[in-house]
Amino acid sequence: MKEQLLQILEKVKNDIAAAEALNQLEQIRVKYLGKKGELTLLLREMGKLSKEMRPIIGKLANEVRDSIEKTLEESKAKIKEKEKKARLEREVIDVTISGNYRKIGHKHPLTQVLDEIKSIFIGMGYKIAEGPEVETVYYNFDALNAPKDHPSRDLSDTFYINKNILLRTQTSPVQVRTMQKAKPPIRIISPGRCFRSDEIDATHSPMFHQVEGLVVDENITFGDLKGTLDAFAKRLFGINTKTKFRPHYFPFTEPSGEVDVSCFKCGGNGCRMCKGSGWIEILGCGMVHPNVLKECGIDPEVYSGFAFGMGLDRITMLKYEIEDIRLFFENDMRFIDQF
Amino acid sequence: MLVPVSWLKDYVDIDNIPVEELNEKLILSGSNTEGVVKVIEEAKKIVIGKIIEIKKHPNADKLIIPMVDIGDEIIQIVTGAENIKVGDYVPVALVGSRLPRGIKIKRGKLRGEVSNGMLCSAEELGFNDNVIPKEMRDGILILKGEYTLGMEIQEALELNDYVIEFEITPNRPDCLSMIGMARETSATFNLSVNYPQISLKNETENIKDYVSIEVKDFDLCRRYAGRVVKDIKIEQSPSWLQLRLMKAGVRPINNIVDITNYVMLEYGQPLHAFDLDKLEEKKIIVRRAAEDEKIITLDGVERKLDKEVLVIADAQKPVALAGIMGGQDSEISDNTKTIFLESANFNRKNVRTSSRKLGLRTEASSRFEKGIDPNIVEIAVDRACQLIEELGAGKIIKDKIDIYKDELKEWTIKVRPNRINRLLGTKLSIDEISDILKRLELLVERQGEELLVIIPTFRQDLVKEIDIVEEVARIYGYNVIESTLPKGSTWGAKTNAQEVEDYTKDILNALGFNEITTYSFVSPKSLNLINIPEDSFLRRSVELINPLGEEYSMMRTSLVPNMMDVLSTNYKRKVPEALAFELGNIFIPHNIPVNSLPIEKKMLTLGMYGDKVDFFSLKGAVCEFLNRLGIKDLGFEPEKNHPSFHPGRCASIVYGNHILGTLGEIYPDVLENYGFDSRVYIADIDFNILLQITRLDRIYKPLPKYPAIFRDMAIIVDEEIYNKEIEAIILENGGSILESCTLFDIYRGQQISKGQKSMAYALTFRAQDRTLTDEEVNKVFDNILKQLRDKLNAELR
Repeated sequence: MKEQLLQILEKVKNDIAAAEALNQLEQIRVKYLGKKGELTLLLREMGKLSKEMRPIIGKLANEVRDSIEKTLEESKAKIKEKEKKARLEREVIDVTISGNYRKIGHKHPLTQVLDEIKSIFIGMGYKIAEGPEVETVYYNFDALNAPKDHPSRDLSDTFYINKNILLRTQTSPVQVRTMQKAKPPIRIISPGRCFRSDEIDATHSPMFHQVEGLVVDENITFGDLKGTLDAFAKRLFGINTKTKFRPHYFPFTEPSGEVDVSCFKCGGNGCRMCKGSGWIEILGCGMVHPNVLKECGIDPEVYSGFAFGMGLDRITMLKYEIEDIRLFFENDMRFIDQF
Repeated sequence: MLVPVSWLKDYVDIDNIPVEELNEKLILSGSNTEGVVKVIEEAKKIVIGKIIEIKKHPNADKLIIPMVDIGDEIIQIVTGAENIKVGDYVPVALVGSRLPRGIKIKRGKLRGEVSNGMLCSAEELGFNDNVIPKEMRDGILILKGEYTLGMEIQEALELNDYVIEFEITPNRPDCLSMIGMARETSATFNLSVNYPQISLKNETENIKDYVSIEVKDFDLCRRYAGRVVKDIKIEQSPSWLQLRLMKAGVRPINNIVDITNYVMLEYGQPLHAFDLDKLEEKKIIVRRAAEDEKIITLDGVERKLDKEVLVIADAQKPVALAGIMGGQDSEISDNTKTIFLESANFNRKNVRTSSRKLGLRTEASSRFEKGIDPNIVEIAVDRACQLIEELGAGKIIKDKIDIYKDELKEWTIKVRPNRINRLLGTKLSIDEISDILKRLELLVERQGEELLVIIPTFRQDLVKEIDIVEEVARIYGYNVIESTLPKGSTWGAKTNAQEVEDYTKDILNALGFNEITTYSFVSPKSLNLINIPEDSFLRRSVELINPLGEEYSMMRTSLVPNMMDVLSTNYKRKVPEALAFELGNIFIPHNIPVNSLPIEKKMLTLGMYGDKVDFFSLKGAVCEFLNRLGIKDLGFEPEKNHPSFHPGRCASIVYGNHILGTLGEIYPDVLENYGFDSRVYIADIDFNILLQITRLDRIYKPLPKYPAIFRDMAIIVDEEIYNKEIEAIILENGGSILESCTLFDIYRGQQISKGQKSMAYALTFRAQDRTLTDEEVNKVFDNILKQLRDKLNAELR
């Protein structure tokens, strides 16, 4: 019996060595170790052995079984590894082919720049105020201290619905509406669509976007206006941005000014973007005119405030070096996809 | 406003200030500039020459050979110019010189004759065609006056000069003059202004014998003054005057006109010269025109007037539109002997309305519109007469007529220095503030802790304390004021609606949609393009009375035409696929005609076309988006009657009692209108309703603890049966253990009778508290089948 056991072991090892696939190994396992396997059948004969021989042969039989199982496992692992390698080789793909997942969409570039501006001002304690695109002459002009004969009121400059209703030419009416409703302290920005009767060309559009800001509280100073806009410019255009304040005239603020920022393309050395000057005009601003505060029911002796406004389209054009404002409103997908 | 620096130097001592610094500091004190231009760029070896002889060219009829004295020699030049004569002083570009526009002058032969240089035209020296005197436009710049021969022309003609272009804000009409800019310069650099000394040497006779003046409408003419000049000799002005005007952007005409323009540029006061001999009865009447009265203005146009147009009339007829333009009849000509020189102050608003009404804007009208100090009327006319005398252009008649009602006097403003400091955030002393104001020629009286500021009449923009605050700020320097941040605290945030809007854009981006932005106004015809019937409520719209054109004349009542437009643009440009959305307002009037602000309603419109998209891609995107906003249990009702959509491929999006919008494939005719050869899918959603039902709060549901049992069910039903009906029955009868039911296949064809379809659903059963048994599930499953059979006549496939 001993010889038989060793013979089986010998046969099994040969069989395993010849096996090439996992299922062959399984067949081998069944053939020898299965319920009707050769080894199993042989071991059933154990009962016939003498009492002395039984433990010896038993021990040997266990050794043979262990050896078979071990060899099977080893071979299985080898074949698995081989099959895996073969599969990996089979599965080589051209990784240079482009991906085909549906692309995500893009926000309009104007929205993206507006989002940046919004988050800067929200961080400085501002809320976002909104108002109607179709406005009254009162809110768009009268309440903003615009002289009755100011040319901006002309039919050639402003779109009218009738003599009292127009398309807002600025988002300043939102400031008036806010001041009439809320008590200081007020800190808002008012972004939105505006309309002026400009023929469409590369730099003009009858519809454009403004972002205006308003702060009203006790002891608000021109210095606060400067500090605020300087901080804003540094956040939007980079920490090294410098600001320059120039006096200007607006009916609804006094003192009024315009703000230039050091060119964020060339750092102020002069380039095509800043027309060689190193500066780019970006904002209009000023201290809210006492007449405007009064009109809104705010006592200018107690409160003061500042306001500012910027053209979102212009800033977006500068930021992305877009040369034609019409691109914003054509909405070519290949344009929007770039942002 | 073009200001030649050399002219400015007449009034302020700025010799030592480099032009860049002058420009920069004036900008920072409030006079913004468009830039500084050198009159002529880097010209050398262009000298003054005098023509001493003109010879005929032996070989060419159109050429002549002037001999030109350039001081140390006489040179021969060949030219084709026709406007020169012996004795003329001319600019000569010598051999080796370079003209401002880059032309290099070489010795050369023209038709066999040596030419040692070139006589220059004004244009060749760098002047714009529109300022060159008519006589010299096609010829050489002939210099009027005596000059040192051989002198470089930059020096001789003050051409090494700079011109600064100022952008004058509407509150500072006083700066539309050399004197005004001199005042700003003096305030900026803390210098004094040297005003012109005006005196007349010889005055003869008396004006009363020449003209009588009557002002009838003082409300429109506060002051009317004038002088008479006789023995007028009309000729070209001397070159210094011509060149000054040219540098300031004004074309020289003749001595009298040039002088009126010169004084207008110097003081800001428009003047007008009448040919006195052409005024009936030598009378001037300032009055409103009669209705339908007519005048032919200088430009040769006959203009019909009305009762609100102020005119200057003689005894019979209007001879000028006050403050706008003179009449042709009384225009000065080469034969004019005696002139009446008008200097007046007309009402701003009246000039403005008349000028608009007549469609006639002139340099004079635009100045009157902005407002002029009535107290310079007299100075200006005297200054003009001084120049006439100096130029020998006529003899001044003694005295002037000056009718001045309601004289404008200086006024005062009380100013609190601590208010200035409080508004600016500065700590200026009373003395510092006074000093700044004095630089602006504002007299200051200290009254305790306050200042009384006396305002000269040329600063009509200074009325209130706040105006003085601005003056102090700008002269002190905006950039000197220390930057601070507002004290006090407020918290910044978006409103819920703003959060949802931003979130909407994020989700739609994630779903692959690009955001678009289109005009709020559209063409009324755009509604035709999307098939909207004439009687639709969408046709009730807000219309502009002065649109840029018909295509921008109506405030949109739907975003669909804009979306179709954008998709169509992309399609025509061969963009293979587009997924887009716009979140924007539509405008709904309360009444027609519009008499109150319309309702502005926010709409969300999605659109798509492309090979890989269909109705269900859009529907899927919309559902995914709405689910993210917490809007679940949506219903989609077939909508067969929307004119813009395919009747079999359109649904209303329903949520509870709300109709959120419409979704579907665009109607073939509409596709054709927009040039599509492919299908387009649009969803039009009422964003205001969306905002009301959005639920962004979430409550956690425990994850399932027990396994699910999955069953597929394919049933055969009639074509007309909607999925929705089948699903409703399945869900209704699934009881608490039916977790979900998803349609995964629709089959028509072999084994299925015509008019029928096979619908296959995957059902998931699960209990929250136990593992389900097959028996339990079978029972429910069989009941579902039974109900489907009973209610829809459905058969298990």
